[in-house]
Amino acid sequence: MATEYKNPVLRWIDYRLPIISMLEHSAVSYPTPKNLNYWWNFGSLAGIVLVIMIATGVFLAMQYTPHTMMAFDSVERIMRDVNYGWLIRYLHVNGASMFFIIVYIHMFRGMYYGSYKEPRELLWIIGVLIFLTMMATAFVGYTLPWGQMSFWGATVITNLFSVVPFVGDWIVQWLWGGFSVDNPTLNRFFALHYLLPFIIFALVFLHLWALHTHKSNNPSGVEIKGDKDTIPFHPYYTIKDSFGLGVFLLIYLGFTFFAPNFFGEPDNYIPADPLVTPAHIVPEWYFLPFYAMLRAVPDNFIDVFGILPIIISAKAAGVVVMFGSIILLIFLPWLDTSKVRSANFRPVFKWFFWLFLLNCLMLGYVGGQPAEGAMLTIGRLCTFWYFFHLLVVVPFLGKYERTLPLPESISAAVMAKESK
Amino acid sequence: MADHTTTAGHGAPHGSHGDEGDSRRDFLLLSTIAVGVTGAGLAAWPFIDTMNPSKDVLALASTEVDLSPIGEGQSITVMWRGKPVFIRKRTPGEIAEAQKSMGGDKDPQADDKRTKKPEWLVVIGICTHLGCIPLGQRTGDPKGDYNGWFCPCHGSAYDTSGRIRVGPAPRNLDVPPYQFTGDTTILIG
Repeated sequence: MATEYKNPVLRWIDYRLPIISMLEHSAVSYPTPKNLNYWWNFGSLAGIVLVIMIATGVFLAMQYTPHTMMAFDSVERIMRDVNYGWLIRYLHVNGASMFFIIVYIHMFRGMYYGSYKEPRELLWIIGVLIFLTMMATAFVGYTLPWGQMSFWGATVITNLFSVVPFVGDWIVQWLWGGFSVDNPTLNRFFALHYLLPFIIFALVFLHLWALHTHKSNNPSGVEIKGDKDTIPFHPYYTIKDSFGLGVFLLIYLGFTFFAPNFFGEPDNYIPADPLVTPAHIVPEWYFLPFYAMLRAVPDNFIDVFGILPIIISAKAAGVVVMFGSIILLIFLPWLDTSKVRSANFRPVFKWFFWLFLLNCLMLGYVGGQPAEGAMLTIGRLCTFWYFFHLLVVVPFLGKYERTLPLPESISAAVMAKESK
Repeated sequence: MADHTTTAGHGAPHGSHGDEGDSRRDFLLLSTIAVGVTGAGLAAWPFIDTMNPSKDVLALASTEVDLSPIGEGQSITVMWRGKPVFIRKRTPGEIAEAQKSMGGDKDPQADDKRTKKPEWLVVIGICTHLGCIPLGQRTGDPKGDYNGWFCPCHGSAYDTSGRIRVGPAPRNLDVPPYQFTGDTTILIG
């Protein structure tokens, strides 16, 4: 592990704490499959956005007041009076949306190329945990400006926990620290919003540790077999990641400067009012697919499944379906029994993958529409397909799909592509 | 970027083919680092600047004071930027006393350099030694041997022009920036 450095200072430090050789092994000489495409940029992008979110967040926290009487005004003060406050806040607000876009692409990349398969199951599971923590962070963070959507979003989502049998009402009261969303709720949400990103940071560290143990997956899905299959991370992927970062920053800053409220709800610029619920209440866009699933469960669902009504109500079933949709992802490495990782060599799975992606986008669209008429039916079909895909299609294809012959090695796959 | 590289490569007149490649690479590396560092510096500034006084803080950075209720020989204390400011309407005797000398040896200064109108003395009421508030504003207060202010912490005494005469304080009481906006109103800051 320890490398002999010519520079005496580096050598002195590294002999006592091999942090320099560790960084070199994991970010400079780190052997990386030589065929990674641009879909592999999104991991490092997500890490960079996390750092941007923490940096902007720390500076916002210096100006923000977590009190129901002052929170909304303190945010407006940031926008008007604090030097560059508008910039830092819009970077933070749009950064949240960018973070979710990047992580969603990162997850679908993993699904397409089978990156979750043995021996990377834990890597995938830690990723799902990061996603869950991100959702919690985004949810409590959205409460802080104390606008109408902040208040009613917090009310609706915390009320979900009332479906827990026997202790539901007590849990909700405990979450609120009172009998409705109020100052104690805002205070603890602020504390949690500051804490959770550092938990994400720790999970990212574990995520990278697991990644570097078995190295990156690649578009061919074939394991690294020798030095011919890899190139050092620096300069090949540092430069590729830097280029991708440049493109990403153009988009991110484009929104920040030219359409800073594109992803937001105008209603959140109305101060929170516990007496008036906005007419059309929707969560932030990145929660819409899950919101659609929450509302998809029909009231007569219970009649269909005779035994259930004793323990579960329609409201509870919706909550179970919504959380289940994420928890199910943890089991994906075992639901997908195919030995072939990359969808490039799975002609049938490939189509179902794109159908699944389309289905998730459709769920997102439905989640943003009022739950009535055709939208409700489509939402139900899409919810059904989400679970059918993961619980039936994926295991079935693992068993019966006839896959294409795999290349002998990453190197062979690259050469074959070159000669075409 | 690509254009620059080509120019740099062809522009290098000496050296073998390999050297030319090296200089191109060095140029690319150094220019990338330069642009990156400049960008990071520019991006860091808004973050640093958020911690400077904001517009609403600056808006409260000046204080207007109506002097008309203050009688001769009286003093008032007003808050300016979180600090006490002593305003005294001096008696002719006090003015004469102040104008008679340049103050103490430590920080000699003429009285007319410290006032805009002889009867009004405006000074920041913080002892220049270690930041205590000197006594002498209220009628019963000790005013020190020079009839100005006396700091109870370490015994510094100031005269009727707020100049240090005896004690450990190194400087005269500071005069804040102010101007007369009318005959009897001043704007501090």
